[in-house]
Amino acid sequence: MTALPPPGGRKLGLVIDLDTCVGCHACAVNCKEWNTGGHAAPLPDHDPYGAGATGVWFNRVHTFEAGEGAAARTVHFPRSCLHCETPDCVRVCPTGASYKRAEDGIVLVNEDLCIGCKLCSWACPYGAREYDHDAGVMKKCTLCIDRIYNENLEEIDRVPACVATCPASARHFGDLGDPDSAVSRLVAARGGVALMPELGYAPVNRYLPPRPRRDTPGCTGAPAALPEAASGGGRFLRWIDAMLSR
Amino acid sequence: MSSIIGEFLSPAPEKVDTSPAIGDTVKTTTCYMCACRCGIKVHLSDGTIRYIEGNRDHPVNRGVLCAKGSAGIMQHYSPARLSKPLLRTGERGAGTFKEIAWDEALRIATDWLGAIRATDPRRLAFFTGRDQSQALTGWWASQFGTPNYAAHGGFCSVNMAAGGLYTIGGSFWEFGEPDWDHTKYFLMFGVAEDHDSNPIKIGLGKLKGRGAKFVSVNPVKTGYSAIADEWIGIRPGTDGMLVFALIHELLRANRIDLDYLVRYTNAPWLVVQAPGTADDGLFARDRNGAPLLWDKTVNAEASALLPHVTPALVGEFILEDGRKAVPVFQLLAARYLDDAFSPEAAAATTGVPAATIRRIAAELAHAAFDDEIVLPIAWTDWAGRRHDRMVGRPVAMHAMRGISAHSNGFHTCRAIHILQMLLGAVDVPGGFRYKPPFPKPIPPAQKPAGRADQIGAGKVMAGPPLGFPTGPEDLLVDDDGTPRRIDKAYSWEAPIAAHGIMHMVITNAWKGDPYPIDTLFMYMANMSWNSSMNTTGVMHMLTDKNADGGYKIPHIIYSDAFYSEMVPYADLILPDTTYLERWDCISLLDRPICDADGPADAIRQPVVKPDRDVRPFQDVLIDLGARLGLPGLVVADGSPRFPGGYADYLVNHERMPGIGMLAGWRGNGDEHGTGPRNPNQLARYIDNGCFWRQHLPDEARYYKHANRTYLDYAVKMGFIGKADQIVLQLYSEPMQTFRLAAKGFGPKQPPARHRARIETFFDPLPIWYMPFEEAAIDTASLPMHAITQRPMAMYHSWGSQNAWLRQIHGANRLYVNRARAAMLGIADDDWVWVTSHHGRIKVQVRLMEGVNADTVWTWNAIGKRAGAWNLAGDAPEATRGFLLNHVISELLPAREDGYRYANSDPVTGQAAWYDLRVRIEKVAEAEAGETSPRFAAAAPPPTLPARPAILRYGERFRRARKSGDGR
Repeated sequence: MTALPPPGGRKLGLVIDLDTCVGCHACAVNCKEWNTGGHAAPLPDHDPYGAGATGVWFNRVHTFEAGEGAAARTVHFPRSCLHCETPDCVRVCPTGASYKRAEDGIVLVNEDLCIGCKLCSWACPYGAREYDHDAGVMKKCTLCIDRIYNENLEEIDRVPACVATCPASARHFGDLGDPDSAVSRLVAARGGVALMPELGYAPVNRYLPPRPRRDTPGCTGAPAALPEAASGGGRFLRWIDAMLSR
Repeated sequence: MSSIIGEFLSPAPEKVDTSPAIGDTVKTTTCYMCACRCGIKVHLSDGTIRYIEGNRDHPVNRGVLCAKGSAGIMQHYSPARLSKPLLRTGERGAGTFKEIAWDEALRIATDWLGAIRATDPRRLAFFTGRDQSQALTGWWASQFGTPNYAAHGGFCSVNMAAGGLYTIGGSFWEFGEPDWDHTKYFLMFGVAEDHDSNPIKIGLGKLKGRGAKFVSVNPVKTGYSAIADEWIGIRPGTDGMLVFALIHELLRANRIDLDYLVRYTNAPWLVVQAPGTADDGLFARDRNGAPLLWDKTVNAEASALLPHVTPALVGEFILEDGRKAVPVFQLLAARYLDDAFSPEAAAATTGVPAATIRRIAAELAHAAFDDEIVLPIAWTDWAGRRHDRMVGRPVAMHAMRGISAHSNGFHTCRAIHILQMLLGAVDVPGGFRYKPPFPKPIPPAQKPAGRADQIGAGKVMAGPPLGFPTGPEDLLVDDDGTPRRIDKAYSWEAPIAAHGIMHMVITNAWKGDPYPIDTLFMYMANMSWNSSMNTTGVMHMLTDKNADGGYKIPHIIYSDAFYSEMVPYADLILPDTTYLERWDCISLLDRPICDADGPADAIRQPVVKPDRDVRPFQDVLIDLGARLGLPGLVVADGSPRFPGGYADYLVNHERMPGIGMLAGWRGNGDEHGTGPRNPNQLARYIDNGCFWRQHLPDEARYYKHANRTYLDYAVKMGFIGKADQIVLQLYSEPMQTFRLAAKGFGPKQPPARHRARIETFFDPLPIWYMPFEEAAIDTASLPMHAITQRPMAMYHSWGSQNAWLRQIHGANRLYVNRARAAMLGIADDDWVWVTSHHGRIKVQVRLMEGVNADTVWTWNAIGKRAGAWNLAGDAPEATRGFLLNHVISELLPAREDGYRYANSDPVTGQAAWYDLRVRIEKVAEAEAGETSPRFAAAAPPPTLPARPAILRYGERFRRARKSGDGR
């Protein structure tokens, strides 16, 4: 069993806007290409050109429908490690390989200590753990620990790859432990939610729910229909007196 | 070292390297994973690609990168890459080849092509698929002397391009974009997760951030439609009726921008009303050819090109020569005020409730007129009048293949632009904006070449193969009306086929209709698979023989970087490089990458050296041209004019004096747009991130069609010939010109067979008609529409063998509306037969809510032929993936006289992919489990590498970091 750091301090994480995500998978693939050469490299792909291609991905996008008929919503849901404040994936680790960093709250795996027992993946209710069958160790989202502090990158690029690449700007990164941070303010303004908080792991990442649809009369301030213009008594007479200069 | 506190381990902190070097080198270039052409930064480590990211400075993607672009590494290192020229040794289609040296390959190609050029250059059909170098390839076709050239636009989006260019002198996507920063109401039609990729996503992100309303009109609610504030799940092919009903409502309420119409469109131009005469329906013109309007201040006709006149918009007027005429606006109002276009009428056709149509019309008017935008930017109009501000109508529209890929798409596209014009929303703040070099004169002045007097044995063709006809005299037909091009583009069957008709080339060449060809030369065109209709039939045509044992299409040369399905069907393979191994250019002469605030072009530079015996296709084409002695490609002594290949051509070729492939850093590096050649030009591009962009001054950013500053600038840059106002065309006179020919006027008239068709479909104001296939089949037995989309992670991305992308989309399903499926007794995961008038396929179903109940759809081009792309024979792409193409015929059902027209738009020849009608029936239990049809794998090329069992991409970078090499 592995200890958690004392609470408090920074809580780095992601805020994902489900109202804006178009489900394009840019985040998933850019994550894959960054991380397959990054801190937890490689993210192997088994049978990559065959019938059972399956690889390690730290970020996956699921698309599903909620509701019925025309009112159903198509939701694109990117899923990755939520860097919980009290994650069981860390607590169950028998070797101390899974750990949560005190300084920023990022949950990482020390591959040198990992024995590949997979207890952590059983413990994680979010399915965020990715087992590397090739190396026999567990891997997971590092929140791009090798980007966010990387002095070889320009300051503006020191964000996770998924955030930097998101074409629709649906992904945001910051300190959710600081109520004045841009991400915390965004969460407050948009009613951001934690995923399955009832389980008690206190996820750090937040999802911004889809906004209500606007498809009813008056939704933009416009009337339900345009009134008939005074016709002047004939089909075209309404335009006969227009004095318009070219 | 760990310690134990209570029962918990508290491990010693891991030493995490938070500042690793990414690579040792960064090179910029341009992505080619789709047609977006984003700027990328490629990080290399010891010559291997470590990471590809978006270039923040680049005008197209501003730093972001999509799934495809991020998977470029896998494309580049694909085991499906070809490695050496191949010559067919067995039967065509079997895939048996021998490897040959480049010299031999080029000698064979030169022999075949040289013989054609010396006798009848038209016997070369040169079609270049998803080519991004059409400024070179089209020019090369002219140098060779064949009119039989086009790229893939004819089966992609020519209705969008032509519909726009004949109406507003620009179009959606490459020629224009919504004003993402200001629009408050965005109406998107039929964007099948396609064109364009990152700019739309960036733009939608901006709209969401500002709270603008986004309405998506699309039978399918995926992708962009999923995040729309309102989804309108329209019946496919009926969008035109929806647009007409919106126009009807705006006219009825007189909620239109009359000032805009009078100043910027041909609304006041007078149209001659003289039924039964040769000038009926043409514009009344003065003796200088200027169109006329009726000036109310003097109650007389006046040139419509003068400022300060006060034109009548309605009324009937007697011209000085005694003819009657009415303004365009009156014809337009008369047509669309008719009850045939009421919301109720449109509701019956489209399935969109009349109340919804009324509400959308009211919302459009509200956004445009009650919520107008004023930018405090002074500007000068075409007539020299100074305005102290820019008034905008914050309503923007965008449309793509869902409109384009129907046989009524040209008219529907025109209708959308007319709706934008009535709202005063073309190139104004908040509206649709042109991307320079657009707007162009309507239509652009370039005419297609290929008439008998323009070509001849051993001669350069006197003009470009593609252009914009304005009347029958511009058609490429013989005196008896026979098409002169192999694809019948610019014939009476498709007079405005501005992008050619690639989907008919193989059928026509196989039939020898209108004539047989000798060599089919193609590039990046998977015609024996997902790029053809009637795929099974095309495979047969490519392998069919004459009685003498020779192939009906005698020679096929193909260039591709990968082992695609088309490779086994060619005789000679010229292996191309990947996009990271080549020089290339994204030219203003081709399909530009500009945005509304300024022109831009770009290059690709070789980022890595090929590790195979492959050559960039463009280098090969230039080499072949020199070997053939094509005048533009050799110097006086017959030696190559561009010995440095495409890079040499990019810098030193001039289309006209001072105008070359690249607009940036000409002359001494301080001239842009036009200027002398600059031998250091490519270095300047590389220094600037491989692109060039110029910002328009504020006063030139809007009203480009009538903005003195912009028009003068456009002339200086070589975008347009004259700085005249470009008057937007509600009423299209070229259409009427063709119609008059069908009515028996003029020296060039359609053969009897085509007369009624031309008269019907060349209406100068947009019309809606039932898509041709639907009108020709029994809708009771084929009750469903069937359409495709391209998933965002694969849109326009050839090569689904990509190891990462195929994990996202490795097989496709047929998506069926859940409630409709229940009525049909079909459950999720069931296998069904999909039957059209042409054939049937067997596929697996996935039920969903967000699809029009009369419509089924699937992802296109996920299905792959077994063995192709170096995928395992049992890969899901082959066993569970499928193509809808097998049930789409390239020909319409026969007419009464037996004639079968192409499955195309009658105006442009655009492939009508989305007109497909089908029925679906559950298969017998024994038949479930595998898609049909399936095809045996062809023999793989001789040196295709083994597929890895496991891919550990990136392992070496970590190893290098550990050993310290990577730092």
